[in-house]
Amino acid sequence: MSADAVVRTARSRRARLAAGDVVAWICGGIIALAVLVAILGPLLAPHDPNAADLNDQFVGPVAGHPLGFDAQGRDLLSRLLAGARTSMLGPAAVVVLAMAAGVLAAVTAAWRGGWVDAALGTVMDVLFSFPGILLAILASAVFGPSLWAAVIALSIAYTPYVARVLRSAAVRERAQEYIAAAEVQGASAVAICARHLVPNVAPLIVAQATLLFGYAMVDLAAISFLGLGVQPPQADWGVMVSTGKAGVLQGYPAESLAAGLCIVVVVVAVNLLGERLGERRR
Amino acid sequence: MVAFVLRRLALLVVALLVSSFVIFAGLQLAPGDPLAALSGGRSLPPEALEALRAQYRLDDPFLVQYGNWLVHAVQGDLGQSIAQRHDVATIIGERIGVTAQLVALAAVIILVAGVGLGVLAGLRRGPVDAAVLVVTTLLAAIPSFVAAIVLMSVFAVQLGWFPAVGAGDGFADRLHHLVLPAIALAASALAIVARVTRASVREELEREHVETAVSRGLPRRLVLRRHVLRNAAIPIATVSGITILSLIALSAVVERAFGINGLGATLVQAAAAKDLALVQGISLVLVAAFVVGNTLVDLVYAVLDPRVTVGSRAA
Repeated sequence: MSADAVVRTARSRRARLAAGDVVAWICGGIIALAVLVAILGPLLAPHDPNAADLNDQFVGPVAGHPLGFDAQGRDLLSRLLAGARTSMLGPAAVVVLAMAAGVLAAVTAAWRGGWVDAALGTVMDVLFSFPGILLAILASAVFGPSLWAAVIALSIAYTPYVARVLRSAAVRERAQEYIAAAEVQGASAVAICARHLVPNVAPLIVAQATLLFGYAMVDLAAISFLGLGVQPPQADWGVMVSTGKAGVLQGYPAESLAAGLCIVVVVVAVNLLGERLGERRR
Repeated sequence: MVAFVLRRLALLVVALLVSSFVIFAGLQLAPGDPLAALSGGRSLPPEALEALRAQYRLDDPFLVQYGNWLVHAVQGDLGQSIAQRHDVATIIGERIGVTAQLVALAAVIILVAGVGLGVLAGLRRGPVDAAVLVVTTLLAAIPSFVAAIVLMSVFAVQLGWFPAVGAGDGFADRLHHLVLPAIALAASALAIVARVTRASVREELEREHVETAVSRGLPRRLVLRRHVLRNAAIPIATVSGITILSLIALSAVVERAFGINGLGATLVQAAAAKDLALVQGISLVLVAAFVVGNTLVDLVYAVLDPRVTVGSRAA
């Protein structure tokens, strides 16, 4: 390879890294915006998201109502802003619960090894036989339809995926010499795991949590779409895709499409960011 | 190999037993009286309630109820839907066909378009590859119900090329009705399969034995067929199998979106109506299909890649 070619390769690699960072920054910005709206949504909404006026049914954008109205004559923009709260909070809760259970299972399995590892592995294998959506439908039949029943069901269904990925990383970390050194010095297992092992696999945990947020957002919205999660008339993006279906069939798809677009934009941003976080580790 | 197959089959049996127990026990814990659905809110005389409790065997001990239910389920008797006053097995028999056809059609789309796009992007660097990457990143993020609404809005309502709701009768009509639902169901899975296919084709292309074969002047077609695609087929088959299996549960969403009266839509209705026997029966069928399918994928993987069974013997 000529010196010129070497320089060119190095430059293109640097260009690619910079481009990757730009994408990551844009994704981070979109997510930050979504989080902000989730917190402030009802305050930002220009109108009451539940104020209906059937005279405004399916009316398109007019002054003061930049996105127009839904099938019941409610302001669409206000409903989208208000709907961000459950749409973002639900997946966040799933991520916290599933990551906590998954990290605990993975670290325990890696630390104890032997029969504990085998037993936890079998439990996870059995949990794999329940697709998340099916478990959430079952939970709604038992506890009645609600966001929180779906959140708990999905957390249980996602735990084995988290545990499986983190277990192999934790096993690799467990074999490191510094862990043995800490043990010899008499540090307790809990202290070593909390202070050294978990922080050292933290980048993988963050990457996993990010990707998990995207999956949880799609699945929770699907459950609300089925009528088994967040209940109308409360504004939620998944609910809005469903309640907008009547409009779709009559040729007014604005409500469904706007809510669907919100979900897709956030999920694309989360997925791209998660992939980049995963790559940076390597 | 034999040990691997036996262990996998044992895990299958355990998974089926545990999941059937979870399905039964979970729903048995549901608050509320199962007879409430039958009486429709009216208060029945105690003798009538007594007779109904005996008819549906609601007073047996818990484990006896589970044992009875499982033995009957294995024999194809899933009990009575209290709300619909109909055999659960009969209802499942009527609805399972359209769900199976929907998932099968989606599977064909995934295998043709997903693997096709992935191979294309893997073999051709440059704009084709970049385009496939962008399209699959977007597709992977589109939930099936959003895809369903967009397809319905554009191709059924605006253009009128396909029907918006229902499943149709007869082969041609059924196919016509199921095209949009199958695309909606396949969309994000297709993107995942395409990306894995692309990655594994790329990985095989960069292997030393492939570079050697190319440098020795073997025809490109031969190298691709014999060395690249053959080895890449292992991860492609696995990820295709797993994503197609995940559609079994997801079909509920697409069925609801397109008003198709399949197994998934019936499950959602039954869950909302607290029709426990029907929820149990359908969940059992769906989980069994999913678990058996997963076992098959693992076994096929072991056949395609001998390293799996060798590794399991060492462990």
